[in-house]
Amino acid sequence: MEKLIQQIKQGKVWPFPGGIHPPGQKAQSNTQAIKRLPLPEKLVVPLKQHIGANGQLIVDKGQSVLKGQALTKPVANWSVPVHAPTSGVIADICQMPSAHPSALPELSIIITPDGHDTWCELSPVTEPTTLSHEQLIDIIHNSGIAGMGGAGFPTYIKADSRKPIEFFIVNAVECEPYITADDVLMREHAEQIVKGIELMQQLLSPTLTIIGIEDNKPQAIAAMKQASQHNDKIIVQTVPTVYPSGGEKQLIQLLTDKEVPSGGIPADIGVLVQNVGTLFAIEQAVYQGKPLIERVVTVTGNTIHNAGNVWALLGTEIKHLLDCQGFSPVPQQRVVMGGPMMGFTLPTVRIGVVKTTNCILAPDHSELAEPGPEQACIRCSACADACPASLLPQQLQWFAKSKEYDKLKEYNLFDCIECGACAYVCPSEIPLVQYYRVAKVEIKEQQAEQVKAERAKERFELRKERLEREQEARQNRHKRKPAAAKSADEKQKVADALARVKKSDDKADNKSAVAAAIARAKAKKQTGELEPDNTAVAQERAARKEQARAYKAQKAESNENTNDTPADDKKAAVAAAIARAKAKKATKTESTETTDAPVDDKKAAVAAAIARAKAKKAAQNESNENTDAPADDKKAAVAAAIARAKAKKAAKENESQPTDEVTTESEPSQESEPAAHNAEDKKKAAVAAAIARAKAKKAAKENDSQPTDEVTTESELSQESEPVSRNAEDKKKAAVAAAIARAKAKKRQQEGSDQS
Amino acid sequence: MKLTMASSPHNHSHKSLNKLMLTVILACVPGFIAQLIFFGTGVLIQLLLALLTVSVAEAVIMRMRKRSAIAALNDGSAWLTGVLLALSIPPLAPWWIIVIGSVFAIVIVKQLYGGLGFNLFNPAMAAYVLLLVSFPVQMTAWLPATDLLAQPITFSQQLSVIFNGYTSAGFSVDQLRVGFDGMTMATPLDTVKTDIAHGLTISESMQSPVFNQWLGKGWGWVNLGFLIGGIYLIKSKVINWHIPVSFIAMLAICSGIGYIATPGTEPGVAFHLFSGATMLGAFFIATDPVSAATTNRGRLIYGALIGLLVYLIRTFGGFPDAVAFSVLLLNMAVPLIDYYTQPRTYGHGVKK
Repeated sequence: MEKLIQQIKQGKVWPFPGGIHPPGQKAQSNTQAIKRLPLPEKLVVPLKQHIGANGQLIVDKGQSVLKGQALTKPVANWSVPVHAPTSGVIADICQMPSAHPSALPELSIIITPDGHDTWCELSPVTEPTTLSHEQLIDIIHNSGIAGMGGAGFPTYIKADSRKPIEFFIVNAVECEPYITADDVLMREHAEQIVKGIELMQQLLSPTLTIIGIEDNKPQAIAAMKQASQHNDKIIVQTVPTVYPSGGEKQLIQLLTDKEVPSGGIPADIGVLVQNVGTLFAIEQAVYQGKPLIERVVTVTGNTIHNAGNVWALLGTEIKHLLDCQGFSPVPQQRVVMGGPMMGFTLPTVRIGVVKTTNCILAPDHSELAEPGPEQACIRCSACADACPASLLPQQLQWFAKSKEYDKLKEYNLFDCIECGACAYVCPSEIPLVQYYRVAKVEIKEQQAEQVKAERAKERFELRKERLEREQEARQNRHKRKPAAAKSADEKQKVADALARVKKSDDKADNKSAVAAAIARAKAKKQTGELEPDNTAVAQERAARKEQARAYKAQKAESNENTNDTPADDKKAAVAAAIARAKAKKATKTESTETTDAPVDDKKAAVAAAIARAKAKKAAQNESNENTDAPADDKKAAVAAAIARAKAKKAAKENESQPTDEVTTESEPSQESEPAAHNAEDKKKAAVAAAIARAKAKKAAKENDSQPTDEVTTESELSQESEPVSRNAEDKKKAAVAAAIARAKAKKRQQEGSDQS
Repeated sequence: MKLTMASSPHNHSHKSLNKLMLTVILACVPGFIAQLIFFGTGVLIQLLLALLTVSVAEAVIMRMRKRSAIAALNDGSAWLTGVLLALSIPPLAPWWIIVIGSVFAIVIVKQLYGGLGFNLFNPAMAAYVLLLVSFPVQMTAWLPATDLLAQPITFSQQLSVIFNGYTSAGFSVDQLRVGFDGMTMATPLDTVKTDIAHGLTISESMQSPVFNQWLGKGWGWVNLGFLIGGIYLIKSKVINWHIPVSFIAMLAICSGIGYIATPGTEPGVAFHLFSGATMLGAFFIATDPVSAATTNRGRLIYGALIGLLVYLIRTFGGFPDAVAFSVLLLNMAVPLIDYYTQPRTYGHGVKK
């Protein structure tokens, strides 16, 4: 450490790698004193002239302001106020093109000067050593001072550094060609600059203050040495003229042999850098009480008649500067804000001077030729030799062109300071810096996208987890029930039947449950005389009853004779079971009540079956009319039952018209099952039908003992409730069942006739 | 007012590819003149043939690639290739040698790889190697320095040899190579190699008239010419010093060690440095930016390895000279060398 300070004091500098020697062109503008310009007609003061947040507007349109009056007040972090550069009226507050490469509009205050240039009340401090650290910082903050070397970093933040500062470096290098603003400022105001340095020393107490000046500014070096000779903690270090020695990182390396870690700030290594212009502004703010409202701007280039440095009020349009210095534009004129290496071309001269504007360069084509066409890279690596950051610009260029972002990061693209040395030396005139800028933006965008995507992924995964949890909870709920029901086969069947009932219930639910209840009540009252518009309700009711019956039958079946049921034909089995159950019931009733009939359970059952079969046939007949209904297993059974009811009714009717009945029956049976009928004797069939009818009558009689409304409802509604049985499959099954029943009936009939 | 927008930097060094290539061609002049003096005007004929061929080849292939032939010719890179090839082949090689070489260099080695900046190999050296392995007789038929010739040979005779294979008097190249003593003369490198193989010592071999003291007659001057041109290139910052210096240093070290280790069979440092294509290779061939290493540390390694290979091939290999093979071999290693020799970026790693 001691050795290092010793070396520095001996004037040792540590050259950084690379660097270039572009023509200085400084003599154009540094021969005259800094000029004061006439007041411009208007001033355009953007709210934001630094890195950080806007200040808050504290003036209104139409308001008169005095010179130095604050127009905004600092609010959020890193916000710095702006001040009225002269007295006048606020003509407007609107969006204006900004002094930025993009020229994107920025909220700006437009002031029409009143010509009096009247200062507001100033509060200069003559003995700043009496000020506390905070007071001094506040003055710097409220004076709106931001780094005037180019970046525009809020000075109060730097001056308030929490990290110990060992070396305070004053950047007076001004390595960019053409620019002489700092040079002439040092020549004319070295004392004030040194006072500014001493204020910073008061704030930071560095071990050593080093003023770095390029050896092409002998007058400035002399002036600064003269002004600082009383302070032994300040040394003026002459550095060789190499671009970009004025780059913050390069200057630190040059003067202290230290490197700012990648991604870090100079304070991390105990170094702080301020530009001479900023230090002058600090002096003005403290000793004069003047906020930052003007700065030195170099107006230069071959198209300027009277190139030189001027005091430009912040907000002065570039046009005013050019006009005052005499400007003869050439075709395809470029006007550069800043120097030729890192400055940016302006889209219009109607842009105001800001705190970071150090130079307006209006070159002709002989001094700064327009770039030629980009040629093939020959990998000469002149760029790498010129790079002050020891990057490999040539490789970066290939990766940038092929958008290999990972490689770009691997080759430290983000350590590029965009000094332009590589593009300057490139024999193929490849606009290298432009490639890097684009790549940097693309990488930043990509990283932002990645962050977004990661957040989205996180959210998605949390949601998925939640849903899985919920689903698991649901499944656990459902699992308990089946476990209980599985205890017995019977229970399973019951559950099945219940499910079936439920299913049809769902159908019925389409109609209003209330309506259904009302209809049911009505039906009971009316006992068979249903009003036509109640059909729907009645239909539903019938369906329900049938389901209940089916359930009952199922139960009975499972209790008694499961072996009768064909396993593969559930529907037929259900229908048959129902029929059997009915038949049994009927037989029972018969056996207990009727005395004249031959008591034979089997025969009764057969009769019932025949009736059933016939009913099915009838159902089929009807079903031919409407074939569009959806298939439903249960419905087939229901339909069968309904058909049965119909058959009963038909049987009743047939007492008066027997011939009709026979015909109606035989016709559909021929159609559906010709084979069964071919061998049949018509007479026999007729007899069988008659017997079946008789049996059906008996069954009907039996049914009469049940509430009448039920039968009526069933029979009446049969037509409407038919749709459920219209399925082709059901038809077949029903037909098969009917055929079987018929065949059985015939057998019984034969037996019966033998007996009789 | 309409202003022109541009991206920074707004100024430029005024370097251009064209200037760069022309500077290199200019730097070839001393060596070329030495060749002209010591080996006859054949080299001029070869040079003109080469320039013509590369121009046509470049123009045709650029048209086929639907690009501007004028712009491609204007960068001068094709001419440089032609010049380097012409300087590398025997001055009295038949005309079709240089034509085949030039076409191969431009069409195959350069353009088929993607044109300027994309060729993996040095076009001139790849063409040289192609010619050497395809036409070994023609490619090794170097005349001795003109003052050693039995029959002085005029410009028209050389023209005739190149285009017809014989002089107007009916001499073939092989006949022309016969010296005063009726012995066919080879290049100094060839002579030494053959003599050592025949069990002669270096001092015995050096008795051959192709030698002038310890250097080959004429060859020393040609190498000196290229050395001067090379220094000019470094001075004018067209090339970095790293490759030639590490190349020459390594060759010197190896030949020095060899000379000390096996006295009598080693021709020594000066002989290696000023024989064959050493200086041409060190300053003009190995430094070809497109195919050479691009980092400074990489260049040191690249140059040193070429120097090592040149020595090894000259001493132990089957060919008398080795620059072309060494350069091509190292061309292949360039991506690897570049990858492992990246400089430390500012702010990265601990600096003490």
